[in-house]
Amino acid sequence: MGKQRRSLHKTNSSAKVATYVILLIGAVISLIPFVWMISTSFKNLGEALGSSFFPSELHFENYVEAWKRARFSEYFINSIIIAAITLTGQVTFSIFAAYAFARIKFPGRDFIFGVLLSTMMIPAMVNIIPNFLTVTWLGRIGPLKWINNWPALTVPFMGSVFAIFLLRQFFAQIPDELFDSAQIDGAGHFRFLWQIAVPLSKASIMVIVVLSFIGTWNALAWPMLVTNTPDWRPISVGLMNFVEEAGQQINLTMAGAFITIIPIMIIYFFTQKQFTESIARSGLKG
Amino acid sequence: MSNNTAVVKKNIKPGAQKKQRQRKEALAAYAFLAPSILIFAVFTFLPAIFSIIASFFRWNLPYDPVFTGLSNYGYLFTDDIGAVEFGKSVLNTLYFMLGIPINICVSLWIAVMLNRKLPAVGLFRTAFFLPTLTSMAAISVVWIWLYHPADYGLFNTLLIRFGLPIQAWLRDPLLAMPCLIVMGVWRGMGYNIVIFLAGLQSIPHDLYEASEIDGANWTGQFRLITLPLLSPTTFYILIIGVINSLKAFTEIDVMTQGGPLGATTTLAYYLYQYAFQYFQIGLASAVAVVLFVFILVLTFIQFKVVEKKVHYG
Repeated sequence: MGKQRRSLHKTNSSAKVATYVILLIGAVISLIPFVWMISTSFKNLGEALGSSFFPSELHFENYVEAWKRARFSEYFINSIIIAAITLTGQVTFSIFAAYAFARIKFPGRDFIFGVLLSTMMIPAMVNIIPNFLTVTWLGRIGPLKWINNWPALTVPFMGSVFAIFLLRQFFAQIPDELFDSAQIDGAGHFRFLWQIAVPLSKASIMVIVVLSFIGTWNALAWPMLVTNTPDWRPISVGLMNFVEEAGQQINLTMAGAFITIIPIMIIYFFTQKQFTESIARSGLKG
Repeated sequence: MSNNTAVVKKNIKPGAQKKQRQRKEALAAYAFLAPSILIFAVFTFLPAIFSIIASFFRWNLPYDPVFTGLSNYGYLFTDDIGAVEFGKSVLNTLYFMLGIPINICVSLWIAVMLNRKLPAVGLFRTAFFLPTLTSMAAISVVWIWLYHPADYGLFNTLLIRFGLPIQAWLRDPLLAMPCLIVMGVWRGMGYNIVIFLAGLQSIPHDLYEASEIDGANWTGQFRLITLPLLSPTTFYILIIGVINSLKAFTEIDVMTQGGPLGATTTLAYYLYQYAFQYFQIGLASAVAVVLFVFILVLTFIQFKVVEKKVHYG
């Protein structure tokens, strides 16, 4: 494919070296805050406020202390449950909606889809006041508590334009013959969707699961607003509270910050390829 | 639809049958859409309408709302104190957006280099992408200390090493916004690089080969092939960038709380302050409406002005 192109670059090995040098500088800049965070998290307080970059000995106990004082064992579980509920709702609802947009003809389809897409332009901040009043009100009239409880943290995020958009692209590519033969076997849309379309799009669904998990895990503004007790506080809000409490103890702060990003890093390293590919794909078609 | 009515006119019976089937199909579609639509209606559409209505009231919690017509807008646009403060937050928002073109240039540059398919390039991509994934909360916590005004902040240790005077960074009204912009570029780069890479890979190689035969050098290729063919990608990144910078909240709340002296109060943060610190729901709703109009105008400008320079196909 790019043989000639590659040979062009081969002839120019000084350009190759320059490329590596620039990339290396860029990568170092990208990583240095992380390295600094991890290195500081292992220092004792004196060293942390000193000027040496690396710790003289590794103080693992910082992690134990941060974990305990920040109540991370509670908040970790909270965040995981919040993510699980959000994802279950979001993925299920988005699968249904995406299927309707991709494979059923109905009046107003393109209009509704267009309106949904346009909501991606609305920054969440615009809706934050009415949404806060809504969840307060829903908690007051309904049987279920919303504030300081899972519904306020999960239900508003169960509708996802991005998820619908991505799945719609995929469902639309499923050949019509598959649907026709399923119909001959007496399967309606519902059965076709769950028995054929969903298993075929496992990869796309995984991408949505991973992206939404990261989004839910990292969310701060809204959870901060709807959790004023520790009961359902997610880890991001827990970290902010801990940062305030720890004050100048930056070794503990950094240990806390690193703890909160470890799950994301693990997920990323395992799903890297699908991940970057799907972002690229969704980006281009957006 | 028009096809269908023609069928109905010609032959009523099968047409009616077909119509019934179509109605059944439509019902299935609406049932499938119902949960998502319900959530969007309650948490996206109705709130937008609510904000517009609330913006005409003086509504300072815990007191009841009082209809005051356009007085909230009057406060934002003509009041001696209000308009100055609000105008400043609009300017801050635009200032914050300076990060978008910087980010585009840096990430395009890196993406072009990553696209050369040299060995170990994947490792670099991983490194560049890591900041994008990490929560803004955790990143802000780290960067507060990188920007720490004491001599042990990372940036200050660098300044000391080069014999330069240390800076107050986030606590300096002039430096606070550039600090946020630099951090934003650092974090947002990875996402843009991935999208630029995909765009670069979709440019056919024959174009480069043909231009090589014509004697084009690297800069010529970049200007005449890469840039024009990449313009839809750049356009997309630009729009996403605008949306992201308009909703920026976490880093501001964690790192500067809009200060010092209001130097980093963007529209979104201004809205949040009025709603949840001063509890002036009416005024905050007016800000929300302005923010929304702001986005509409920016999007419109982007589509009308920038799209002329975008080459599709």
